[in-house]
Parts: sequence; structure tokens; C-alpha cells
Amino acid sequence: MAGNKGWYKWKWVLFFLAPSLAGLLVFIVMPILSSLAYAFTDWNLLSPPEFIGFANFQELLGSSRFWLALRNTVFMIAIYLPLAFTLGLGLALFLNRRFRGMLIVRTATYIPVIASWVVVSLVWKWIFNPSYGLVNYGLRLVGIEGPAWLFEPTSAMFAIVITSVWKDMGFIALLFLGGLQNISESYYEAARLDGANPWRLIRHITLPLLSPTMFFVVITLLINYFQMFAQVWLMPMANSAADRQVETIVTEVVTNAFSYNRMGYASAMSWILFAIIFVITFIQLRLQNRWVYYESD
Amino acid sequence: MNQTKTQPTNFTANKTATYLVMALLIVTSVLPFLWMLSTSFKSQEYILASTPQFIPENITFESYTQLADRIDLPRTMFNSMFVAVMGLTGQLIVASMAAYAFARLEWRGRDTVFFLYLATLMIPSVVLIIPQFILVRSLGWVNTFMALIIPGLFSPFSTFLLRQSFRGIPKDFDEAAVIDGANHFTIFWRIILPMVKPTLATLALLGFMDRWNDYLWPLFVARRPEVITLPVALAGLQGGPRSLTEWNMVMAGAVVTVLPMLVVYIFTQRWFTQGVMSSGLKG
Amino acid sequence: MLRKFSIVLVVLLLVLSVAPTMAQDNVTVRYFTFSAAPDHLEDLDTIIAAFQEANPGITIEVSTAPFDGYFTLLQADVMSEAAPDVFELNYENFVVYAANDTLLNIDSYVSGDAPYYPRALEAFQYEGEQLALPETFSTVLLFYNADLFDQAGLEYPTADWTWADAIAAGEQIKALGDDYWGLFSPVQFWEFYKKAAQQGECSFFNAEMTESTINSAGCVAALETMVSFFDTGIMPTAAQMSGVSDSELFLSGKLGMIVTGIWMFSAFEGADFAWDIQIEPAMNQHGHHFFANGVAVSAATSQPEAAAKWAEFLTASEVAANVRVTSGWELPALDQPEYFAAYLEQTPPANRAAVFQALESPVTPPVIERQGEMQDAINGLLTQVVDGELTAQDALDQAKEILDGLVK
Repeated sequence: MAGNKGWYKWKWVLFFLAPSLAGLLVFIVMPILSSLAYAFTDWNLLSPPEFIGFANFQELLGSSRFWLALRNTVFMIAIYLPLAFTLGLGLALFLNRRFRGMLIVRTATYIPVIASWVVVSLVWKWIFNPSYGLVNYGLRLVGIEGPAWLFEPTSAMFAIVITSVWKDMGFIALLFLGGLQNISESYYEAARLDGANPWRLIRHITLPLLSPTMFFVVITLLINYFQMFAQVWLMPMANSAADRQVETIVTEVVTNAFSYNRMGYASAMSWILFAIIFVITFIQLRLQNRWVYYESD
Repeated sequence: MNQTKTQPTNFTANKTATYLVMALLIVTSVLPFLWMLSTSFKSQEYILASTPQFIPENITFESYTQLADRIDLPRTMFNSMFVAVMGLTGQLIVASMAAYAFARLEWRGRDTVFFLYLATLMIPSVVLIIPQFILVRSLGWVNTFMALIIPGLFSPFSTFLLRQSFRGIPKDFDEAAVIDGANHFTIFWRIILPMVKPTLATLALLGFMDRWNDYLWPLFVARRPEVITLPVALAGLQGGPRSLTEWNMVMAGAVVTVLPMLVVYIFTQRWFTQGVMSSGLKG
Repeated sequence: MLRKFSIVLVVLLLVLSVAPTMAQDNVTVRYFTFSAAPDHLEDLDTIIAAFQEANPGITIEVSTAPFDGYFTLLQADVMSEAAPDVFELNYENFVVYAANDTLLNIDSYVSGDAPYYPRALEAFQYEGEQLALPETFSTVLLFYNADLFDQAGLEYPTADWTWADAIAAGEQIKALGDDYWGLFSPVQFWEFYKKAAQQGECSFFNAEMTESTINSAGCVAALETMVSFFDTGIMPTAAQMSGVSDSELFLSGKLGMIVTGIWMFSAFEGADFAWDIQIEPAMNQHGHHFFANGVAVSAATSQPEAAAKWAEFLTASEVAANVRVTSGWELPALDQPEYFAAYLEQTPPANRAAVFQALESPVTPPVIERQGEMQDAINGLLTQVVDGELTAQDALDQAKEILDGLVK
């Protein structure tokens, strides 16, 4: 290596690392630490913060709005995760087939991923309009009177989940596709020689070898979906029951911080969300050796 | 790989089924966008029809002129573009330099510092939004481009990814260069960077997409017309209780917001998919 | 090469630092408003043009937001020390902003001879200081579609109506057809405190503001009356309106009566049916909103003179007053009978005298420091009552608990 000695070396380390490290410390590490401190204060930004110990956390645990937000978040994840996972996996298996024109399909299914959440939320809000939207029009064609979707809390959450699955499917499929392409063709050839049919190939080769990717996908989806914001913020119709009751933890954090000026309380809530995500990820990591198969083991 | 030996008739049936699924997938992915496009060309009275019209009877641009009245389109587009391009350029410079220090230089404490980078990756962005807002506010950056660009430059993710790519390059290259009298900067700029162009391209695209589409952060730090970006302006088009929601205008705004991203994607989709598949991260 | 690289960096930094502060020669006053968007933007432009002609060197830069999101945005701006120089406030938010020292005392900057309505001027004083200038006042009335009343063979609403009369008429209009509706009177915070005043025995807080009394029998009765509009089927639910706003529904000619503000006059001007206004039906007594909007100057502004000049022009100048009156915006808060004469002469609606009749029974909102949280909490609970998830009594019991916590 070029003169890696003494001051000369450190000069170069400093040159390459300083911009990034300084920025990381100022804009990421310091904010994280100060946010932890805010969580123990009562602060409206206008008067100086006041240390109040665990009062924010106590208030949170006793607040019906917080529990509503948590329940909504978990409810939506419980529908979203299995749906997005299976459809994404199915799409990946399909896209992985060698077939003329498959690239076009892959390109098309990825368009929702690159569109911004604001665009997607507004377009689907229009599509879910009970009287003039496409969804209920389609349902009417087959003789079903569709629900009021974005007006009522429960149907609004279903609408949000459907929209999210639609938007994320291409992304999930692509993650799986990456995993699929790492599976060596030789496994399939060997199995075919043994006379295995396509279903058995998937069941006994593809799925086990794909399990590390599956694990990764589940964790990524959980972490991302716990933090969904734009669709929940924008989709429910203004002044409807859905508007007032479909809150998730992130929208509650934002409302408390930016509408009610409660920086301390909102910070405490964001740390609770972090703790939840952390615990779930940790449990997943612990459970992984029960079902995830690593080739090198 | 699934084309095992099957009987011919079965094979054609299979083929037809595949084409059907392909068509279905394309339609589901694209239909909402076509509906957005079609709505944006309708006048108000045609939108509220109980039987939706896919091809508008009377194509009109009135929603686009209305849109131009409500938001300063050239300015907003420029803002979005400026923020995205500056942001991704700065991010690539900062991250690739740091990655060089981590991948190609040997120094005491390197692994500890790198662990710090990895640890911050775990913190969800919602935890960051409040303290970052307070920081930006105390710096006096609210409603300036600084707030939109600077805090996003230091995401450890790209440093992490570039470090991986840098490590894949054999050391022989640097050593040969050192013999020719090159310093670290020359090695970095002339040898290493050109070799990771695909990773850089992928990161640039993902960076562009993230910034072009970002909503939560700009919503609270950049609402003045001179710095507002497209998603925030678009979301602001929805009417309050006193006004009517003009869906044709909102859809026109959506078209304007999504089109540049779509064009970028169509021409570079290879890099997008490659990036996601190799890194497996980033939503 | 290192040089080339440094140049790129330097250019990047330069562009970053210059772009946000593109220099301007004269003074720019930033004005943030909710009352102008979206129906009166051109009228505001007229006022601005007149002001800029009279005050060369001052440029007014407007940003607008719908009432819905206005205060969230304003709050974030003020918190981030990026407040607009001049902004509109309604009465209840005025109190909150004044209490937090965010408004400039404009006494020393304005001439003091503008003919403001004394009562309106007082509304924007806080602890003896004039912290905003009264801009307009407005109220909410019963608007009715006269054609539908004729079609149903009904007499037009009178000033003696009670809500029972309105419901009876609404049922007749509803009977005209499936997609016809009798009445629309929103169920939300603002309507609730007004209906509470009409009921007469309901106030949200005790006199000392230490405890909420929102679950008293009077409040429950007021809320039950509001919800009865749905129960009788004369008022569409949000889902039945499917994203069409109440004013759009009225404009479509399928709605008999709507309770809405006088700022809608111009939006309804083009209706292809005959319509008029009447004071709101009473419960035990009459009660009408007294909405006063004020214009305040930010305490943090760097150009107080120019900002105050604009605030005064916007609220007291003849141009502004004329524009407001002729365009059917809101009423200027000025003690100048000739403006009102011009206002009364215009039609529609013919019965403009009702506007002034309404102001004989003014109701102002309950105000606490944590206003936003109170409004959101009450709105949320009202929704649950409308949906039948909670009875009026249960909802207001819960509201009391929350409100007690907010004034603690």
C-alpha cells in the first residue's frame, strides 16, 4: 500500500473519512442521542424543555389513541405481510421462467415501485371512491355493492393494505428473483435425473434454498411496514370516520410533534416503535435456524 | 428451467396460460396509471360519471392549466430536480470517499468506526425525524435547499454498499499504481471509482428515486413555493372542506410528478433491478 | 486531478449556499392566508396590486392553504422560526398564538385612525396589547334551495324555525327521490359548540376553566339533536356522499338545506336554481357563529413597518373593503355603514339582512391552550357517535376525561 505510515497515513484517512464521519455524527448520531433525551422531557419548542422522567412513557401506555394506533399498525401488518410475501414469491417464480416477453412483465410490475407514495396514494384514493371509482364499478358489474372504502376505518385499512401490496409486489419479487438466480442449475438437473416433477423441484429445491432470502424479505417488510406513512396520512377521506381513526404509530408521532408541538411525547413514541421493531427482528433472528437453510452449513 | 419434458398439447395449454398471466400482471400494474392519465384529460362533469370512461369523450387540457394556476410548475419541477441531483451527487462523493477509507486503507479503530456506521443503519427513520427537524431549525435551514439536501447526504447505506464493491477489487491494481508514483487520491479517482461504475449507477438511481419521491421530511422543512418539491405540492392539491376536490387536477399533478421518474426508469431499468437484486436492500 | 475534484466540490458548495438566498432589492413581505383559497385568489391579487402601487418597494408574496391544513402548516412554520411576516388567524388560534408570544404588538406601527369595529378590535387584544388587526367577520346560516321547497310544496324557512321544523321540511324534500337529501349540517367541533349554545345549558368548561362540563345533560341533548339528522335519513353520511363535498352537493340541486358560511355566497352564485338564506333554526334559543378573522404580524419579522403597513391596508383600506363586499368574500370588520349598504343590495341571496340578524346572537368558541388536541379529540368522538359506536352520553363522558387532562 502507498506509504501507510505515521502522519502520512492518517492524513489520507482523515481526507477520505472526514466529510462522511462528520456528517454522520452531526446529522445522525447526535440526533439519535438527543432524541433519546427529548423522550424524557416536556417540550413544545417555544419554552425550554423540562425533564419529566418517565411521564411521557406512562402517559403513552395509558393513552387510548396510542393503543388504537398500535392496534391499527399490527392489524394492517397481519394482512399485509402474508399477502405481500406469497404474491411476491409467486410473482418471482413466474418471472423466473424463461419465456419471450418476460422482461416486459418485469419492467411493468416494477413501475408501481418507482412511483412515489404520494402519487400512488392519490391515484388509489380516486380508484377506491365508492361511487365514481374503478373498484366499486368493477364490483357492481358482478353484482356486489362495494363498501365505502376510505370512509370507514376497517375498509379503509383494507384499501391501504391492498394499495401497499400492489405497490410493493414488484420490489418483493425482485428480492426473491435475486435469491432464485443464486440457486445453481446443477441441483435441478440432478433432481430431474431422479425423475422429479416441477412441483417437487419447487418444493424440495427452490423453497429450501430460497429460505435465506425469505428470511431477509420478512425482516425487510416488517421494518418497512411498521413505518408506513404517506398512504395512511393521505388516503382516508377528509373528515370521515376513517380520517379520524386510521392512525398508525408513525402518523401519531408526526401529529404529536408537528400539530400539537409535543416533541418529548412524540420522541418517546418513536422510541417505543423502535423497541417494537427491534424486539421483533431479534425474535426473528432467534427463530431463523428453525426454518432457514444456509447452503454452506 | 421449468420446461421439463411435457406432452405437446399440455405445452400449448401451458403457453397460453403463461401469456394470460403475463397479460394480467401487466394490466394490474399499469391500469391505475392509465386511469390517472385518463382522468387528467377529463373535465369536471365527466369525472363524476357512474360508468367510468376509459377513453375520455372530450379530451381537454383544462386540468393542466388549472394545475399551473395552483402551483408554479416550472419552479416546483426545478426544485425537485435540483434536490435530487445535488443530493445524489453529494451522497456519492461522501460515501465513496468513506468507503475508500474503510476498504483500502488500514488504520487502527477502522472496524470500530465501521460498526458505528452499521449500527446507525438499524435506527428507523421515524426516530430521526424529530431531532433532525429540531437541528435543522436551529441551523436556520427550514425552507431552504440545505434542509432538503444536506441531512440526507450521510446515509450509511451507500457507504456500506460501496465498501463491499471496493473490497472486491484486487489489491494488485493499487500496488501497480503506487509503483508509478500515484497517491491515494489518484488511486481512488482513477482506478477504484471507474471499476465500480455499475454500483455507482445503481446508487445514483436509487438516490434519485428516494429524493424525487420523498414526502415526510420535505413536508415539514420545505413548504414555501421557492423550495417546495413535487410530492408536497401534489399532496397539497386536495381540497379542504370549503373547496371541492378536483380529481382531474389532482391526477394531472400526479402525471406530472410520476412522468420524469418513469422516463428515468424506462431508460435505466437494468441498473435498478441489478441494484435491488445485488444489494437486496432499499425500498 | 485533485484540483478538478476540488473544483467540483467548491462549485457544489457555492450553488448550495447561493441558491436559497437569491438576493432581492426591495422588501418582500410574506403573507399566509386561508380565506383567499381557492375562490378569492383573484380578489386578493386586486388588493395586492393596489397596495404595491401605493407602496413601491414592497412586494407581497402570498402563500395559501385550505382551512383544513392551514394551522398545522402555520404552526410548523412558527416553530421552525420560519414564520411568514403576516398571517391570518381566526379568533381561537389568535389566543393560542398570542399566549405564546409569537405575535408583534402592532400599536406603534399603525396609524390608529382606521375605522375598525370596536368589538372586533377588542377581540384581537391580548393582555392590553393589540396583537392583530380585525380583518373580517362572518357567520354561518341556513341556506336553502327554493326550487326544491316549491317542488315539495313547502313554505320557505322563517326566522322562527326550530330544528324540528327543519327536520320536518327535510323529510318532505328527501321524499322527492332517492338521490335527494333534506339537510346538511356537519357534525364537528365548530357546529357542536354552536349547537350547544343554541341548546342553552351546555358549556364545555366550568367558569374557571379548570374542569370540563361537556358531559352535562344540555350537551348530550345538543349532540343528540345533531345526530338525529342522520337518524331521520334526511342527511347523507360521508360514505353516501362519496367524496363529494357538502357545497358540491348543494350546487348539484339535490340538497334542500345546508348549514354553511356566508363565504360561500360567491361559490353558489352560479347555481342553476333559486336559493336564499335564513338565520339558523333555534333549539331553545338562537345562536350563530361569530367568526372573526384577524391579520397578525409575526414577532420574528425582519421588516415590521412594511408588514404592519400591509396588515393595515388589507384590513382597513377602501380598496380591500370594496373588493370584499363586491366579491361576496367576507364582511370587512369596519364601522362604515356605506359598505354594508352595498352589501345588502346584492343578490343572491335576497335575504342578506339575515347576516346581521345572526350577529345578534353571537357565539364564540371555547378556547384553551391545547386547542388542536381538544378539537381533534372531540371530532374523533363525534364521528364515533355518528357511526353508532358510542352513545352521545358515552362519547361526552370520554370527552370530559380527555378535556380535563388538557386543561390540567
